[in-house]
Amino acid sequence: MSIIVVGLNHRTADIEMRERFAFPREKLAEGLKELLSIEEIREGIILSTCNRVEVYCVIFDPADGEREIKTFLSDFHNVPLEKLELILYTYKKEDAVRHVFRVASSLDSMVLGEPQILGQIKDAYSKSLVLNTTGVILNRLIKKAISVAKKVRTETRIGENAVSISYVAVELAKKIFEDIHVRTSMLLGAGDMAELAARHLLKSGVKGITVANRTYGRAVELAAELKGTAVKWEDFLKEMLYTDIVICSTGASGYVFTDEQARRLMKERRHKPIFIIDISVPRNIDPAVNEIDNIYLYNIDDLQDIVDSNILERRKEAEAAEGIVGKAVESFLAWEKSLEAVPTIVEIKERMEVIRKEELEKIMNKLNGMSEREIKIVEALTASIVNKILHPSLSVLKEEIDPENRATYIYLARRLFGLDREEGIGEDN
Amino acid sequence: MDITFYWITLSLYFISTSLSIVYIFRRQGILFKGSLAFTAFGFFTHTLSILIRFYESSHLPITNFSEATSFFSWCIVLLFFFLEYRYRIGLLGSFILPFVVVLLLSSSALPSEIKPLNPLLRSYWLGIHTVFVFLGNAAFALASGVGIMYLIQEKYVKSRHPGGLFERLPSLQILDEVNYRLITLGFPFLTLAIISGALWAEKTWGSYWRWDPKEVWSLITWFLYALVFHVRFVSGWRGKKAAILSIIGFASVLFTFLGIRFLIKGIHIFE
Repeated sequence: MSIIVVGLNHRTADIEMRERFAFPREKLAEGLKELLSIEEIREGIILSTCNRVEVYCVIFDPADGEREIKTFLSDFHNVPLEKLELILYTYKKEDAVRHVFRVASSLDSMVLGEPQILGQIKDAYSKSLVLNTTGVILNRLIKKAISVAKKVRTETRIGENAVSISYVAVELAKKIFEDIHVRTSMLLGAGDMAELAARHLLKSGVKGITVANRTYGRAVELAAELKGTAVKWEDFLKEMLYTDIVICSTGASGYVFTDEQARRLMKERRHKPIFIIDISVPRNIDPAVNEIDNIYLYNIDDLQDIVDSNILERRKEAEAAEGIVGKAVESFLAWEKSLEAVPTIVEIKERMEVIRKEELEKIMNKLNGMSEREIKIVEALTASIVNKILHPSLSVLKEEIDPENRATYIYLARRLFGLDREEGIGEDN
Repeated sequence: MDITFYWITLSLYFISTSLSIVYIFRRQGILFKGSLAFTAFGFFTHTLSILIRFYESSHLPITNFSEATSFFSWCIVLLFFFLEYRYRIGLLGSFILPFVVVLLLSSSALPSEIKPLNPLLRSYWLGIHTVFVFLGNAAFALASGVGIMYLIQEKYVKSRHPGGLFERLPSLQILDEVNYRLITLGFPFLTLAIISGALWAEKTWGSYWRWDPKEVWSLITWFLYALVFHVRFVSGWRGKKAAILSIIGFASVLFTFLGIRFLIKGIHIFE
């Protein structure tokens, strides 16, 4: 029995291939059923996101299983196997466990530390639970992966610093204004990047947006799209009186907002703080404006610098995260090993022997004055009771041929005889 | 007895201050919680020590410089807990607790034996006046601490390359708001302190105002804080300028409290 991962991701396959291999919601059940109908495969999960398609399986024989899974992918998506070989990767045993843990912890993501992947894994897992395609081993693997991912998130700062320009802008806004949901914003001009940043601000809860553009028609259009209001270009300065966050990206070749205008504005605003993001190149806002109290001006380079240094920061944190993953892999492998029959049988026998001895001792203290012979008889009696009771269960463990069943039995036996406690059951289902 | 509790207090505050300073550099929740817990213990023993002293001397223990300093720090910690409860500014302790320890240490360096109370001070005005003074001072102390935090955070945001404590300091808006609220709290206390002082002076010396250096400096302090309100209302000054004013204001508070005693000796000093 071993764990195997076969899949492709953003590093091995381009978007076209990833789209082709994706398992859309409605086809996932069908895919899972087909996967599990392969005789080699005992347990299976399919993870399909926009950046990766991966199949996690428990199989009898790693060599055969790999071929079977690849054939399944090729058949299901109608792509010749030779073409598939180029973009697929395979991890087995320890490597497979490590890979799943790394994926869950977002160490394998396109954007290092992004948080969605964990939710996607939980989704994929719950689909499999519904169709009953997982067993002891994958259940344990996924639960462990989820807890590792959480540990990584709380113990390292991998997900902490924003790594896109829009996110950085929102983070900054939150450090200037405590309550960004009562703040209003304005979009000056209509560059793509500015629009993206504006959308992101709105999504983060900024109260409303006004749009000003040299072409009034375009402003109206964009305002409708963003559910804001359009204002005439000539009025944007007046509008700035009531605006807390300004995103500027016009095609102008010079400054549309000068130092002098800014000073006048601040006086009229009674020095209420204002956050201005100048995404335009060439810049549209006089950089000197940043010297004025309560105006905070960032241009595209400033934001990009922050993004870059945050990415570096995340890479550093990723090293610590790898350590956490490494430990979790070890402990998972130890658990997997414990599912082999012989060590478990030995442990159960030892446990029973300890109990027998303890109880025997208690009774001996009560019944003092027994002869040597009587003691021997009582000893033999207890030993034979224990053996008779254990015998059928232990034979089941020893004689079960189907490895998947055996793993289940051993897992159960370990719990029933009190050798293991379940880890993390009941959480995150 | 009060001395024992006093030293226990100082040690507890010393531990909590150290934890809060380490917390600046190592972001671990346990440091913060530990620091708060030790501060709470310290506050408890501090309160005990003041109560015991109250009982033993049978007058409010704010009659010599050592007692006053100790009471001052007690007020600061009281307000600190209130702020922490209300706003949860995690790093506030790292900026305030060191000052508390310095105050308490200087209190311990000064003579503190209980002497028979100067008959001039034997009046219920003693309690009223000094409690107003130190509650006001404590609010101003915290305002300046928050003001310093504001200036640091403002520098980060303005630099356009935020790093260091940027992530962990609260938003500029909150710091400005708390700074302002603290001054709004301290100012009436200061006003009442000056008025009650004047009334008391009339009772004891027969005149409300005698241009004693301490009186003069209290008045200067009062005008400084009045200026904070004035510029905020009239021209909307806030943020950086307000933060700087609150720090200057507290410097004036400290001078009124410490400077006068050590530099200019007036009749208004304790003892």
